[in-house]
Amino acid sequence: MSADFLYIIEVILNGLMAGVMYSLVALGFVLIFKASGIFNYAQGVMALFAALTLVGIQTGQIPFSHLINAIFGTNMHHFGWQVPTIIAILLTVGVMVLFAIIVERYILHHLVNQEPIILFMATIGLAYFMEGFGDIMWGSDIKTLDVGLPSGGSLWLEEYTLGWAAEGENYYGMYLDKLDMVASLVAIVLVVSLTIFSQYTKTGRALRAVADDHQAALSVGISLRTIWVIVWSIAGFVALVAGIMWGAKSGVQFSLSLIALKALPVLMLGGFTSIPGAIIGGLIIGVGEKLFEYSIGPLIGGATENWFAYVLALMFLVFRPQGLFGEKIIERV
Amino acid sequence: MSEPLQQMEAASKLLELKNIDLSFGGVKAISNISFDVMEGEVRAIIGPNGAGKSSLLNVINGFYHPQQGEIWFDGKQRHAMKPYQIAYQGIARTFQNIALFKGMTVLDNIMTGRFTHMHKNMFWQALWKGPAEKEEIENREFVEHIIDFLEIQAIRKTPVGRLPYGLQKRVELGRALAAQPKMLLLDEPMAGMNVEEKEDMCRFILDVNDTFGTTIVLIEHDMGVVMDIADRVVVLDYGRKIGDGTPDVVRNDQTVIDAYLGVSH
Amino acid sequence: MFYRESGDFKKTYQKDNQTFPIKFDRWRYYFVMLVAFIVVPMFLTDYMANAVMTPFLVWAIAALGLNILVGYTGQLSLGTGGFMAVGAYATYKLMTAFPGMDMVSVVLLSGLITAVVGALFGLPSLRIKGFYLAVATLAAQFFLVWLLNKVPWFYNYSASGQISAPQREMFGVIITGPHATPVAGYLFCLVFAVGLAWVARNLTRGRLGRSWMAIRDMDIAAEIIGVNPLAAKLSAFAVSSFFVGIAGSLFFSVYLGAAEVTEAFGISVSFAVLFMVIIGGLGSIFGSFIGAAFMVLMPVLLKNILVGGMGWPTDLAAHFEFIIVGGLILIFLIVEPHGLAQMARVLKEKLRLWPFPH
Repeated sequence: MSADFLYIIEVILNGLMAGVMYSLVALGFVLIFKASGIFNYAQGVMALFAALTLVGIQTGQIPFSHLINAIFGTNMHHFGWQVPTIIAILLTVGVMVLFAIIVERYILHHLVNQEPIILFMATIGLAYFMEGFGDIMWGSDIKTLDVGLPSGGSLWLEEYTLGWAAEGENYYGMYLDKLDMVASLVAIVLVVSLTIFSQYTKTGRALRAVADDHQAALSVGISLRTIWVIVWSIAGFVALVAGIMWGAKSGVQFSLSLIALKALPVLMLGGFTSIPGAIIGGLIIGVGEKLFEYSIGPLIGGATENWFAYVLALMFLVFRPQGLFGEKIIERV
Repeated sequence: MSEPLQQMEAASKLLELKNIDLSFGGVKAISNISFDVMEGEVRAIIGPNGAGKSSLLNVINGFYHPQQGEIWFDGKQRHAMKPYQIAYQGIARTFQNIALFKGMTVLDNIMTGRFTHMHKNMFWQALWKGPAEKEEIENREFVEHIIDFLEIQAIRKTPVGRLPYGLQKRVELGRALAAQPKMLLLDEPMAGMNVEEKEDMCRFILDVNDTFGTTIVLIEHDMGVVMDIADRVVVLDYGRKIGDGTPDVVRNDQTVIDAYLGVSH
Repeated sequence: MFYRESGDFKKTYQKDNQTFPIKFDRWRYYFVMLVAFIVVPMFLTDYMANAVMTPFLVWAIAALGLNILVGYTGQLSLGTGGFMAVGAYATYKLMTAFPGMDMVSVVLLSGLITAVVGALFGLPSLRIKGFYLAVATLAAQFFLVWLLNKVPWFYNYSASGQISAPQREMFGVIITGPHATPVAGYLFCLVFAVGLAWVARNLTRGRLGRSWMAIRDMDIAAEIIGVNPLAAKLSAFAVSSFFVGIAGSLFFSVYLGAAEVTEAFGISVSFAVLFMVIIGGLGSIFGSFIGAAFMVLMPVLLKNILVGGMGWPTDLAAHFEFIIVGGLILIFLIVEPHGLAQMARVLKEKLRLWPFPH
C-alpha cells in the first residue's frame, strides 16, 4: 500500500472518531427534541457545566468561592479533599437531575404551547445563563479533567501499521488517539442502551408516546412534566458523557460549549428526530470535514472545518429539507 | 340544443375542470372529475367527509397540481401555476380553519387582500410621501367600503386574534373580497356558526354575488343553506362526482340519496 | 389630561395613518429629536460618545435590520455578525479604493453590497423554515468570517490581517480615523439611525411590510392572496442585510476605527443583536432602539457598579453579565414575548384612559 492511501485511511478513521464525538452532543439534542419539540441550544453549555461540576467536585472546589471572596474579602478556593471519580460522577449526575427539575419547573412549564422558534430562543437564553452561572460557581480558568481515561496516540497501532506502507516510503504508522477510541466505544454503548431503554421499558414507551403526540399521551394518563424531567435528566447525562470526553481531550473551558455549534449541522443532516440519524450525520460530517480539509483545505487557506459542516448541511437541506432520516413534512391547507 | 345557445354557454363559462385526477402517493383523492362554473353563479360542492371537496378547491387555486386533466379559467387553459400567480388571475378564497394573519389588525388583514392591486416598488414605499402614500390611501378607501359592507367598522383596529370566531370568519371573507376576485372560493364558510351567524353569512354571500357580480364556489355541509343559496350543486363521494345540477335535480337524484343516507347491500 | 385622543378627530386616511396618532407622542418625538441633534452634542463628552452613544446608535441600526427579518417576517437569522462584517469590509475596500468618495455614499454602498450578499444567503429560506433556517444562517456567519479572514484581498494584504479606517471628513470635520472627533461620529451615526428608522417605519406600514407580516403569520394564506413567498422573504433578507451592513460599516469606520474579522464580528455579535431584538420587542421599531440601549448600557453600568464601586474582579462582572442577559431573555420570553416595547404600549394604553381603569 502506498503511504498516501494509508494517510487517507488515517484521515477517514480520525474523521469517524471526531464524528462520534459530534454525535454524542447531537444525541442530547435529539432526545430533547423528540420528547418536547424543543431545539435545545443549551446542550453544549450543559456539557460544559457538567464537566465543570465534575472537576469541581472531584478536586474539592468550594462552589461560588470567587463570589464569596469578592464579597467578604476572604481567600477560599478548595475544601482540601479529593473525591473519588466514581462518586464525583454520581454526584454530578445528581446535579444534572436537579438541573432538569429546575428547568422543567421554572422554564418549560411556562412556555408550553409557545412557538418552536420562541422555545429555541429561550434555550439560547438558558445557555447564556448557565454559562455565566457555571463560571461564577466554579471559576472560568481552564481545568484539566482526569477520570482515568487513556490518552495519547496508540503506540501499538503505530507499530502494527508501520510495515503496511510500500518498501522505501517515508511512513511512521497510523496515529489514532486512544481517547477517541474509548469515546467511540462509550458512544456505541450509550446509543445501544438508550435504544433498549426507549424500546423495551414502560418509561421509554411513554417517552415515545409523548414524542408522537403530546395531547394523546396526556389523555392516556402520561404525565408530561415527569417525562420532561426524565428526558432532560437523560440529556444531562449524555451531556456529562460528552463533557467528560471533550474535557479529557482538550481541557474543561469555555470553548467546550461551542461543540453545540458543531452538533447543529449534524442534526440538520441526520434529522432532528432520529437517533441513528444523529450518529450517521455525525460520522458523515466528521469524515467529510477531515477529508475536505486534507484534500481541498491547503488550496484555499485551511481552517475549513469552521464552516464546512454548515455549508454541507445547507446544501443538503435545500434538496431534502427533513434531513436524512427525519419524517417527511407534509403541508396541509 | 341550438347552435347559438351552445356558443353563449361556452362564452360565459368562467371555470371548467376536465377529467381531473389527483393522488397523494397511492391514495386517490380525486378521480376523473369534470365540472364547470358559469360566470356570476353560486356553485356549491357537497359530499360526505373525505369526499375530496377541499382537495378540489386546492386544485382550483393551485395549491395542489393534479396529475391529469385540464383546467380552463376565464377562457384560457391554465398550466401549472403557483398559488400567488393564480391570485393575480382573480381567484380568492377563505379557509376551513381560519387562516387570518394573527399578529395584524383587521384593517391590515383586509389591506393585505389588496396586495395584487398595489404596485409601487420598494423605493417609493421607503420614501412613503408621494406615490406610495397616494396608492395606500386609494386602496384604503376601497377597503373601507368592504368594512362598511361587512359591518365591521367598530373593530377596524383590533388585532384579529382577539376577535370571536364568527367575526374572524367575516374578516376573512373581507380579506378575500378586497382582492376584487372574479371568483371566490369559500371552504365551509358557515362551519361552527350558530343560526344567526349563518343567516348573516348567507346574506353576505348573496350580497357579494349580487353587488359585485362575483362568481362563488362554496363547500358547505348545511344542506338547508346549500339548497337555498346555490344555483347549481356538485356532489362528490370518494373522490368521484356522483351528481351535478340544480338543487332540485340533485335532491331527487337516487345516487346522491344513497350516498348520504347509506344504501343496504 | 395630557395624553388624550378624544376630540382629536382624524378626518383623512392620511392623518389616520400617521406614525404618532396622539398629539403628546408627536410632541415628545420632536422633543427627542431636538435633544438628540442639538442638546446632546453640546454636552457630550468623548467618553460618553465612545462608550455609550455611538455604539448605541450602531447597534440600534443592526437591531432594526434584524427585527425586520425576525420580528416582521418571522425568519430567524443567526448570521448578523457575518453580514456586519461584509458591511465593514465593503466600507474598507471602498474607502481605500476610492479615496475621493464621500462617507455617506461609502456607507450606503456598503449597505447595498451587504443586501446582495444577504439576499444570496436568504435563498434557502424558500425551502427550509424555522430553526432549520436559523442553523442555515449560521453557515453564512461562519463562511463569511472565514472568507474575510482567509482572502488577503479583503484586507489589502496587510500583515496583521486587520483593517483600519483611513481619515475622512464631512463638512470639514474629521469623522473617521485616529484623529476623529467623537461628537462628529455620533452625529454622523445619528443621521443614519434616524433616517433608517424612518425608512423601516415606511416599509413596514405599507404593502411590502404587510406581505412580510403575512408570511410570518401564515405563509400559505399569504401565498393564496398573491404574495410571492420568495420575493417577500428575499426582500426581507435584502432590506435587513442593508440595515445590518450599514451598522457594520459604521461600527468599523466610526466606532472601532480598526477591526479584525474573527474578533469584531464573531457569533457572539449575532447573538447580542438577537437579544436586543427580543428584549426590545419583536416587530417593533421603537423596541429595536430600547433593546440596543439596554444591551449597551447594562455592561457599562455593571462594570461601573461591580468593578468600580465594589471592587470586584472584572471577570466576575462579565459572568454576571451573562447571567443577567440570559435570565432576562428567559423572563421576557416567558412573561412578555413582545419585549420592552409592548410594556411601553400597555403603559400608554393605561395612560390614555387614566385615571379611569377601563
